[in-house]
Amino acid sequence: MAAESKLVRVEGLRKWFPLSGGFFRQSRSAIHAVDGVDFTIAAGRSLGLVGESGCGKTTTGRLLTRLDAPTAGHIYMDDPQMGAVDLALLHGKELKLFRRRVQFIFQDPYESLNPRRTVFDTVAEPLVVQGEGTLVEREERVVRLLDLVGLTPAASFLFRFPHELSGGQRQRVAIARALIIEPAFVAADEPTSMLDVSIRTGVMQLMLELAQRLGVSYLYITHDLAVARYMCQEIAVMYLGKIVERAPSEELLANPLHPYTRALLSAVPIPDPRYRRQTIEISGDVSRPIDPPPQCRFYARCPVREERCRQEEHPPLVDKGGGHMAACHRV
Amino acid sequence: METADTVLAVQDLTMHYKTRQGWVAAVDDISFDLRRGESLGLVGESGCGKTSIAVSLMRLLPDNARVLSGQIWLDQEELLSLSADEMLHVRWKGIAMVFQAAMNSLDPVYRVGEQIVEALQAHFPTMRVAQARERVAELFRLVGLDPRLMDRYPHEFSGGMRQRAVIAMALSCQPAVIIADEPTTALDVIVQDRILKELRAIQKQLDMGMIYISHDIAVIAEVSDRIAVMYAGRMAELAAGESIFHHPLHPYTSALMGAFPSIKGPKRELTTLPGEPPDLLHPPAGCRFHPRCPRATGVCQEQRPPLEERMPGHAVACWHPLEVRNGC
Repeated sequence: MAAESKLVRVEGLRKWFPLSGGFFRQSRSAIHAVDGVDFTIAAGRSLGLVGESGCGKTTTGRLLTRLDAPTAGHIYMDDPQMGAVDLALLHGKELKLFRRRVQFIFQDPYESLNPRRTVFDTVAEPLVVQGEGTLVEREERVVRLLDLVGLTPAASFLFRFPHELSGGQRQRVAIARALIIEPAFVAADEPTSMLDVSIRTGVMQLMLELAQRLGVSYLYITHDLAVARYMCQEIAVMYLGKIVERAPSEELLANPLHPYTRALLSAVPIPDPRYRRQTIEISGDVSRPIDPPPQCRFYARCPVREERCRQEEHPPLVDKGGGHMAACHRV
Repeated sequence: METADTVLAVQDLTMHYKTRQGWVAAVDDISFDLRRGESLGLVGESGCGKTSIAVSLMRLLPDNARVLSGQIWLDQEELLSLSADEMLHVRWKGIAMVFQAAMNSLDPVYRVGEQIVEALQAHFPTMRVAQARERVAELFRLVGLDPRLMDRYPHEFSGGMRQRAVIAMALSCQPAVIIADEPTTALDVIVQDRILKELRAIQKQLDMGMIYISHDIAVIAEVSDRIAVMYAGRMAELAAGESIFHHPLHPYTSALMGAFPSIKGPKRELTTLPGEPPDLLHPPAGCRFHPRCPRATGVCQEQRPPLEERMPGHAVACWHPLEVRNGC
């Protein structure tokens, strides 16, 4: 593991959204959407970020691609082309230059494509923004990318508008747009959750294939653990702004340590009528992380909590053996 | 197929939508029956006609939809021949529906309990408010909601609580059949699990027939006694859950199973289906699956395969079904 080059190293990443209100709109409270997150992604490998709505997984992805600026923390990126840099500190021109190395794929291909722009305009846009190539060169690159994402013959797609494409085709356009400037790292936010099953597998396999061919790493954001298993070598589970467990995918599914991960896994329906699933019950619902108390974020719902979990701070994410990390006093 | 236990029988149902480009054949000659206390899972991808079947059964058709043929028997009553007024008495009392978006099924300006009281009084005009409120409290307990919450407004409920309230509303008039259209799709997995378990328990406890609609074959596997696989407005396969999952006969069913990832069992390759579902403005002739089917031959392009029983209790609409096993 140690010999692998770390492409992205995130340390103490935080994003607080202040709640408006109070005297002169001076806010006292904040939603701690991402609250001290650490992880690394090795070059050419992918990390699946899973969790329920509101756990901070999308915000984490937006921070890593600098669609949002973090409140605190570091995003170190060691890029063969651009050298080592802390993405969290970049502004203006430097940030724009770095956008060629990090890209984002949005969940909804019906909203992420401009309805008035043709496929060519959309896919070529990153090249235009970065000022790469002549018009002819751009067209060649767009055609090559469309071939690569399976929109063939490319010539017949170049001048179509989004409304002339199906959902699966739109998501392929979004993938082509993200990959055309050959980024090292892509955050993909539920890129297949809006697609039907028979279309979804194709898009998943395409993303895996492209990762291998182009050496891209993904931060793959999803609520679906089964999809994360197929897309990523490693899975991190988030709960209320914290990563509570992180391990190689098969290890995490076979041997979950954190009580939240266990409950989450036990609630996933299994596509086999013979399988008798045993649910691990946890009480209550996910709350919103507004000024959360310092104790373990999962304390209120935890089936194995004890006094120390209430008194001590949220436990750190530590290695419980073989690279299987968990943030829990009880394991 | 019809037995004394049959509570709902659908025969040759065909429903089309009128669009500016022409007629869309959303439901094409579908027949099935539902027994008392049975849960039938309708599974398929967007546009396969599963929700269109549901709104046809409820006779809640959008203005541009027409039922062109067919019969829907609820016990001894044929629903399509009822007048709009007569249907008012059947809807919710005879057959009720839980819709996909719980937020849209609740009026935001009325208290949740009030809305159910209103529904009750519409169907039981002699029922007094106190009685109705008592019944609402009972329903809240049944779906796992604190009865004290009945005087709250919908926005004060979480997504899961709203879905429970909508289920309580659907159960209020003790329907013989309940249709659940993707009731948990917008919910997180832990909440989904709780609601599925409760819905299934209540359905068994009250001996209702249930039609559960979803695109998620894992959810369908867990809530259904029998499963109907839909493709492009037609029923591709209909059988007991175990039979469908372990001996799929239709190539589409088999592809669907193979494309679905699971967190259990060894990690296996996922299969991909070439192409996309057909445009129902111009559906392909013959078997609607033939352009994507690896087993398609000449006959598939020309003739529609009938839904026929190939194994006991296992029907499939395919000219070249996968291996039929004997016994088991």
